[in-house]
Amino acid sequence: MIPGVAADFSQDTIWTSVVKAVLIVVFLLLSVLVAIWFERKVVARMQVRPGPNVHGPFGLLQSLADAMKLLLKEDVNVTAADRVVYLLAPMISVFCALLVFAVIPFGPEVTIPFTDYSTPAQLTDFPVAVLYVLACASVGVYGIVLGGWSSGSTYPLLGAVRSTAQVISYELAMGLSLVSVFVMAGSMSTSSIVESQARLWWFLPLLPAFAVYLISMIGETNRLPFDLPEAEGELVSGYMTEYSSMKFAWFFLAEYINMLNVSAICTTLFLGGWRAPWPLSAVGDGVLNTGWWPVLWFLAKLWALMFVFVWVRGTLLRLRYDQFMVFGWKVLIPVALAWVVVLSVVQWLRQGDLVGAGAGGGELLLTAVAVVFLALVVAVLRPGRARRRADAAAGVGGVARAAAPDPFVARSRMFDPFAGGYPVPPLPGQHLPPSPRAARHAVEPDLVDPEAGPDRDPDRDPDRDQPVQEESR
Amino acid sequence: MTDPFVPVLVLMAVAAVLALGGVASSAVIGPRRYNRAKLEAYECGIQPTPHAVGGGRLPIKYYLVAMTFIVFDIEVVFLYPWAISFGWLAGFGLVAMLVFLALITVPFLYEWRRGGFDWV
Repeated sequence: MIPGVAADFSQDTIWTSVVKAVLIVVFLLLSVLVAIWFERKVVARMQVRPGPNVHGPFGLLQSLADAMKLLLKEDVNVTAADRVVYLLAPMISVFCALLVFAVIPFGPEVTIPFTDYSTPAQLTDFPVAVLYVLACASVGVYGIVLGGWSSGSTYPLLGAVRSTAQVISYELAMGLSLVSVFVMAGSMSTSSIVESQARLWWFLPLLPAFAVYLISMIGETNRLPFDLPEAEGELVSGYMTEYSSMKFAWFFLAEYINMLNVSAICTTLFLGGWRAPWPLSAVGDGVLNTGWWPVLWFLAKLWALMFVFVWVRGTLLRLRYDQFMVFGWKVLIPVALAWVVVLSVVQWLRQGDLVGAGAGGGELLLTAVAVVFLALVVAVLRPGRARRRADAAAGVGGVARAAAPDPFVARSRMFDPFAGGYPVPPLPGQHLPPSPRAARHAVEPDLVDPEAGPDRDPDRDPDRDQPVQEESR
Repeated sequence: MTDPFVPVLVLMAVAAVLALGGVASSAVIGPRRYNRAKLEAYECGIQPTPHAVGGGRLPIKYYLVAMTFIVFDIEVVFLYPWAISFGWLAGFGLVAMLVFLALITVPFLYEWRRGGFDWV
């Protein structure tokens, strides 16, 4: 038994591991097939349409048919691509996505039916299991980045750089939100974390961290409303634009496996893992927490989180890129950091360390640190206050308000769409100058003769006969 | 089994077989009908502007995000061992970590004030 790990793998042989590994991969592939069907069906019901309903009962075989079709499609290798990297990228994506489930506990010790062989319902676990999960997720980004870069095309490149910036930004918030779980559980081993939630699931006492995790897990997996790397309205389909056949399928598969991964991590770290929900956990002295029952609870929680993914997708619109990044850096990361500080101070006070050897000194030091910190914050932020207020008025991350009443401010924020040589849309805080055509339309009703009918002066500009245009609003 | 990382290697092998096998199978099974237009970049027939493979240009903003990320990632990596041993590091560990967090927060606020996080 490894110190610091709750589950006992000492009975496992290499063949047990092989069987478990194959089972995990099969489980993930089947789950993805169901997840695609599930997502399409649920989104369809939310939009009051039937969704896939032709292939198999309730359209269940739809995603299988799609997978078969992709397998039978031509494997196009675009000429502009960097061949080796182009080929490797989807494999890296799917490879890293498949690895995460190695440390996810499906349940406690289970007995294989018809034998008396018992083994943990988990492939493996070690004292740094969650770190391993984060490492796999980080390396998985390489698949997206390299795929976009090596395609030799504009849209995939843009999707790839967006994805990099997005995933690393949201990974920080995610990593910080996990710190509080480690503080409470005192371990990074997944089975020990589940063990530590016997009395209380961590999502309740760590609600802010849970909220940060829920948001950043959607950002981390590039799902709507954060699916900017593949925003089809802007980038065709982002980093996978140039991919076809199974190479495309691997990117698609990796995305859905990543959804399952982050949901499973969330279940394990915040939602009690395989533990039965409260009223059921009291039944028969915890009989529902033994044997194969926990697998059921684990899957139920996993799919509840998958439903949250689809629910969010069906409810929210895609964010604009700058709003998204600002939200990550200016909201999620500070909130997660502040929560770590608050939680650690509260935990320290709860541990009753106040009567320890260096108690008085510790308190004094704490006060000193707080004072120095506040002084630094004030020193750094004081001259920038006016600017931040202006930002707030312009509604960074929100709906841009009307132009400031001060004409100087209004002019300084006036926007020249052709400044860079080609037209760009206005950004938050910038406002388009009034259209020169607005004045022309204002006088138009006087020029138009209502009796003239369709055959009017041939030298009239046909443009003017259009109905009132948007600029005149 | 004494080494807990051996099962990870086993899963890696299974995953690698699947990843390679999928791409290889579609290359074998799939049809091959040559068409020059099909092999061009998705840009409606024109040459894509920044040739990414040949050293395309990226906005420097992404570079800044990467730099900031490294600072914070190191912070997170320092936080993890502290969080695990929170129970016995107690007051001293807490103060040490608060000092560290304060030191990281100052450049964070500086970058915030200088507009490093304004993505426009």
